[in-house]
Amino acid sequence: MSASLLRVAQLSKHFGGFSALSDVSVEIAQGERFGLIGPNGSGKTTLISCISGSLRNDSGAIVFDGEDISSLPAYQRTRRGIARSFQIPRPFASMTVLENLLVPLEYVAHRRLLVIEDRRAEAMQILEGMGLADKADSPSNRLTQVELRKLELARAMAARPRLLISDEAMAGLSSTEVEEVLAILRKLNDTGITIIMIEHIMKAVMGFSQRVICLDAGRIICEGTPESIVKDPEVQKAYLGA
Amino acid sequence: MRRGISRFWIGAAATVALAAFLSLSRVNEYFFFAGYAVLQFVVLATAWNILGGYAGYVNFGTAAFFGIGAYTSVVLFTALGAPLVVQIAAAAVVTGLLGFGTGLLTLRLRGIFYSIATVAVVYIAETAMTNWRYVGGATGLQLLQPAPIFPFGTYNRMLFFVMAVLAVIAVSVARYIEISWIGRGLRALRDTEEAAECSGVPTLRLKLLACTVSGALMGMAGAPLPMYLSFIEPSSTFNLNYSVVALAAAIIGGTSNWIGPALGAILLASMQQIVTVTISSEMNVLVVGVMLVVFVVAAPDGILGLIRKFRRPRPSGSSAP
Repeated sequence: MSASLLRVAQLSKHFGGFSALSDVSVEIAQGERFGLIGPNGSGKTTLISCISGSLRNDSGAIVFDGEDISSLPAYQRTRRGIARSFQIPRPFASMTVLENLLVPLEYVAHRRLLVIEDRRAEAMQILEGMGLADKADSPSNRLTQVELRKLELARAMAARPRLLISDEAMAGLSSTEVEEVLAILRKLNDTGITIIMIEHIMKAVMGFSQRVICLDAGRIICEGTPESIVKDPEVQKAYLGA
Repeated sequence: MRRGISRFWIGAAATVALAAFLSLSRVNEYFFFAGYAVLQFVVLATAWNILGGYAGYVNFGTAAFFGIGAYTSVVLFTALGAPLVVQIAAAAVVTGLLGFGTGLLTLRLRGIFYSIATVAVVYIAETAMTNWRYVGGATGLQLLQPAPIFPFGTYNRMLFFVMAVLAVIAVSVARYIEISWIGRGLRALRDTEEAAECSGVPTLRLKLLACTVSGALMGMAGAPLPMYLSFIEPSSTFNLNYSVVALAAAIIGGTSNWIGPALGAILLASMQQIVTVTISSEMNVLVVGVMLVVFVVAAPDGILGLIRKFRRPRPSGSSAP
């Protein structure tokens, strides 16, 4: 493993008097498959919202590829190579599936210099990789749950990210569908994309990740390999209660 | 796509040619007086749609931009005797800047809060003009129409032609925005602002751009007003009716496509003119209300939605309000 791609240092985030994240530090290497787990409300989504720029952290630093990005707006971070999918799919509902991908292609990958046919071809290529090619021209508000989650990932991929954050891309899917999404993520990782996976499905996240952290009440309670995490008494306490 | 572009420009040129032909023909003078009002709403509705339709930010401030455009002309005309072209260009610059400024202050608000803020802009603008003696204050200012420029027979004929050109400019600008990557970005942020931002769309910048362009076009539509009426006065110039009709025309026509607001404005404003002449001038406000209710209930996607429905039996899932 080479140098770290993302470094989060002493990150804190409050909502009023509620402390959603306190003093979270984590370092993720280039090309790593990283798992983020924790019970509901433990701050997983808050953490990745701070990383992707949807939320601003109150204190601490977020360093991506050697640059402190914590004061940059979200679109700037996406342009630097951080893409995310949303836990609750948020397609551009007035557009077709293909058009959904054109947005990041035009705004991030600077493909608006190309003629529209080339942009479409590039979007189509991504859709084929996701197994969504046959849905390219259907309105995105008519997709099934699996398709919506694949679209989330496809749209994130169209931003040509170096770091992909997958926020519960598999929640509510059947086990074969979970396998399908996992295979896609593995394929992406093979091409050199670093992946942070937030997931409740233990089998998926433990099988996928090389390293896992567990958040509880806004703090990192445990960090290590998947095998060590499941045996950790703190983690068991957080999930099962004392 | 390429063929569509050339067809559009042929249509635009034909519209300008037709307006020129009409204004030089022997058609009754009243036609130009009414036609001007209709075309003025084509500009306003099209301009409104750039922010309200594509980006989904419902703006009630149309009257403010329209009125400031008109007052820019008044100032330039009384101070310097500036010609109409200069008045229009200056109005576009002033209201474009105003759009940028109000955008900076209000576009961080979302939904209904943004809309309420834009209503405030109208009242602020009206109050400012009411208290400015130079432009006539509350009593208003009488202005003398200069002689029309050759080849136009009367000033109103000339204004009709000018407004037709402005309408073509407004529609061309709206269409450019719609079919380019700018339009895709605006639609993305209308659908979901957070996901748009995470897809690399600079949402605030795009909204500011839309607000500036929209404001400039509205100001342009207002610029010839003092000459058209030979009179200017704040309470009718900053009338919220301008805001409401612009919005209603866009919704009645359909907000998803550049042609929608133009169609809606032609339909709505023509009916208003007909009702004003045949029934009474008070009734024309009722027309807006009735049409808006009918369309919202029966055809929420406007005339464009109806056309699409008849063309393709399978309803397409596009154009959320």
